[in-house]
Amino acid sequence: MEIKRGIPVSPGVAIGPALVVDTEGIRIPRRYIDKSKISDEVERLRYALRLAVADAKVNQQAITEKVGKQYGAIFAAHALLIEDPELIREIEQLITQKAHGAEYAVSRTMRRHAKALAALNQPIFSQRSTDLIDIEKSILRHLVGEHGDPLQGLDVPAIILAHDLTPSQTANLDPKYVYAFATEAGGKASHTAIMAGVLEIPAVVGLGRFLMDVSGGDEVIIDGNRGVVILNPDEETRERHLVLQKQFGFFAKRLDELRTLPAQTLDGTRLLLLGNIEFPQESSHCNDRGADGVGLYRTEFLYLNKTEDPNESEQFEAYMSVLRSIGPQKEVVIRTLDLGADKLFHRDDLQMDEKNPFLGMRSVRLCLRNMALFKTQLRAILRASPFGNLCIMFPMVSTLMELRQCRMILADVKEELEEEKIDFNRKIPIGTMIEVPSAALMAEELAKEVDFFSIGTNDLIQYTLAADRTNEHVASLYNAGDPSVLRLIDHVLRAAAKSRIDVCVCGEMSGDPVYTILLVGLGLRQLSMTPQCIPEIKKIIRSISIDEAKQIAQDALRFETARDVNNFLREQTRRILPEVVVN
Amino acid sequence: MSESLRQTVTITNPNGFHMRPIEAFIMAANRYPDCNVTVAKAGKDPANGRSMLALLELYSPAGTELVIEVSGPRAAEALQALVQVFQLNFDEEEQPTR
Repeated sequence: MEIKRGIPVSPGVAIGPALVVDTEGIRIPRRYIDKSKISDEVERLRYALRLAVADAKVNQQAITEKVGKQYGAIFAAHALLIEDPELIREIEQLITQKAHGAEYAVSRTMRRHAKALAALNQPIFSQRSTDLIDIEKSILRHLVGEHGDPLQGLDVPAIILAHDLTPSQTANLDPKYVYAFATEAGGKASHTAIMAGVLEIPAVVGLGRFLMDVSGGDEVIIDGNRGVVILNPDEETRERHLVLQKQFGFFAKRLDELRTLPAQTLDGTRLLLLGNIEFPQESSHCNDRGADGVGLYRTEFLYLNKTEDPNESEQFEAYMSVLRSIGPQKEVVIRTLDLGADKLFHRDDLQMDEKNPFLGMRSVRLCLRNMALFKTQLRAILRASPFGNLCIMFPMVSTLMELRQCRMILADVKEELEEEKIDFNRKIPIGTMIEVPSAALMAEELAKEVDFFSIGTNDLIQYTLAADRTNEHVASLYNAGDPSVLRLIDHVLRAAAKSRIDVCVCGEMSGDPVYTILLVGLGLRQLSMTPQCIPEIKKIIRSISIDEAKQIAQDALRFETARDVNNFLREQTRRILPEVVVN
Repeated sequence: MSESLRQTVTITNPNGFHMRPIEAFIMAANRYPDCNVTVAKAGKDPANGRSMLALLELYSPAGTELVIEVSGPRAAEALQALVQVFQLNFDEEEQPTR
């Protein structure tokens, strides 16, 4: 049994067989075979080994011709490794004595030796573990045959373990078969993590290197509540998690019963709990959880994986489908395009070589430089505005001048629509996101020129602490509970109160139960989050009074480190609502 | 007729008895398919002299003493061929050509 700790990004507990997806995307289909098939399985193994040896020899020749004999020799050594009598004996023993499938037997044996080699002192020895993994792949390729994406067409239950999954791979996972997933890379606010929440697949990311320790088919437990992954659990651990799995389902069901109740504190203060969405279909997730509207509608999907920019009517249709689903009364906040230049692949003219894209041409900066792109989106939003309670929000604003430019362009577009006699809401509320420290510090001035603020904590934390949330080496610096972040939020709220404008928080922080009491106590009355988080946050809100929350927030502001803040908030949350899972 | 012979060698290659020399060693051993070849570090169990993995995991950096043991037909000739492998310098020819 081995226990690994990572970052929990999507709640739930799952137990099942591992499906290891490495960078080349080979998967290990099964762990055991029927006893009567053992000799066939050994035959299948030997055949695959012969083909793998032949591959290595072809490589040897090709590489020798290309770059020289000494490099070709590497593959001669590979051939010797594949034909290694000890290795073959070990693999065959797993098949004949344990009735393991050939793929599993190969993978397990190779991984065991790769691990042993990796532990040796000198690189010239330890780096040979990479050769073993390489050979493992070569043998497996012949055993399983060629696959496209191993996650496509999955038809048996599995727990996916991978170095990383792209957001689109994650989006295509079928929750019916994928019980959970865990990745070596990634952070709490990566798109992959967000997508896991959307699909309600328990997930843990940012585990660091661990795939070498696991073979496909091994039993794995993923605890998406605590961020724990357990490989080959012992019987007791297994039993304990089966109970946890049941309890989680039970708690989730009780939360579901809160759907129609208002997000109201014990003293009767009504809060708005809104949903964050990216795809129009997700509006139904908001409705299912009794959301009070959409606090953040990300529009990037309209632009990604496209060969050309989405036209006005395409965008209009997308916005309309959200309005139709949410209804005409509830608020829907559309965030204008928040992409980096690096992501707009289809626009060669926008491609630029940026050394530091997160400090570069992204989001509203990109829009202000590409007027046509920006205006098309604003037109589409304005055209949809008479059909519901739409608001426009500009992301990544870092100076007052940028906000003024945005407002001017919006005024231009409004004028155009006037001239064309196209109807729109002339009083459409305008908001700015506060996600750059400069904007937070200038909140008083910004507040005078907008109708609302939305604090984008994901970027605000990243820029304040200068830590990339997806870089596992520095991800621990990225912490919503950091006193610097709390002070910035407090400052923004005071500035907004002076100008009497609304403030919402739309980062992952607002869906994290640890911070709910704090945010309410600091004065927030609107929180926007992954729809799946709404019931749990509502439960907390319904268990506190404003006075109590204020006291806790004041106490929290006095701590000097993120650790102290988080420990204090966890303790308070557990005290008030013991059944909430706080990480 | 069968004989069992052994000889101790010291690894002089700066990088030790790594994949390339092991490959040459196994190639040499494979020219005597009927012999039993083992390699052992002092005080350790002997490893199969035809197993790349076993020899890698033996972990013999420069300066390590290894005992080569051969039994079977033409064992003396085989042992001589195997010991010769340790006199070759692998690490120089590994330098990339510019």
